[in-house]
Amino acid sequence: MKVKDLLKEESFTVIAGEKGLDKELEGVYIGDLLSWVMAHLQENEAWITIQSHVNVIAVAVLNDAACILLAEGAYLDEDAKKKADQEDLAVIMTSMSAFELAVKINELMKENG
Amino acid sequence: MGTVNLAFHVAKEDFSKAGEASSSIKKTLKKLGIDSKIIRKVAIVTYEAEMNIVIHSHGGKITVDIDTEKIKIQAIDQGPGIADTNKAMEIGFSTATQKVRELGFGAGMGLPNIKRNSDKFAISSEIDKYTKIESSIYLTK
Repeated sequence: MKVKDLLKEESFTVIAGEKGLDKELEGVYIGDLLSWVMAHLQENEAWITIQSHVNVIAVAVLNDAACILLAEGAYLDEDAKKKADQEDLAVIMTSMSAFELAVKINELMKENG
Repeated sequence: MGTVNLAFHVAKEDFSKAGEASSSIKKTLKKLGIDSKIIRKVAIVTYEAEMNIVIHSHGGKITVDIDTEKIKIQAIDQGPGIADTNKAMEIGFSTATQKVRELGFGAGMGLPNIKRNSDKFAISSEIDKYTKIESSIYLTK
């Protein structure tokens, strides 16, 4: 499926990097420790985190992540938004927990292939 | 392909620019047509080295030299140096402050990540002078 297929879930809001919505999404990684994420996040995975500062965008881009999903209402700071726009990396926010998000994405992946 | 040399200054505590050197290195490697698995290794090494300079040092620089056989990454800072480099290499050991940890840094994984992704790795340090990390990643095995 594509990142934009996530938006079938109405409670998801794109807050930056809208040009990145056409990227392929093939899986999910959850984590907030950046070095851990750096070592394990794989290409085309959606990254679920509550970290929301500019360095998060660098970690996602370096790993070719599909997009960032900010859980539990975490909100991007302005520097991070600008960077996400520059890098065409979609950032989606939601009030769901990381667990609820992962379950929801799993459902959407089954529906959209 | 001839030799390509890149150099980046990394400022201390500048989290707003942190990751820019690594991103720029990655873009160059993509343009050179380097294999994506190799690029991933280089990205991890340069990112962790860059963050180490930002978080722990008085500033430093990262150089990347690419030839037909390997990519050699060197990160050297201006101190304060590491008293026990063996301890610094232990997974989970970190001297990062609570404030930095709240941002998701300081997991004690940076240097181990660098070593794991390097084909050749060396760290040297002198208190009040420098810490130097050398990492080579071979293009062909």
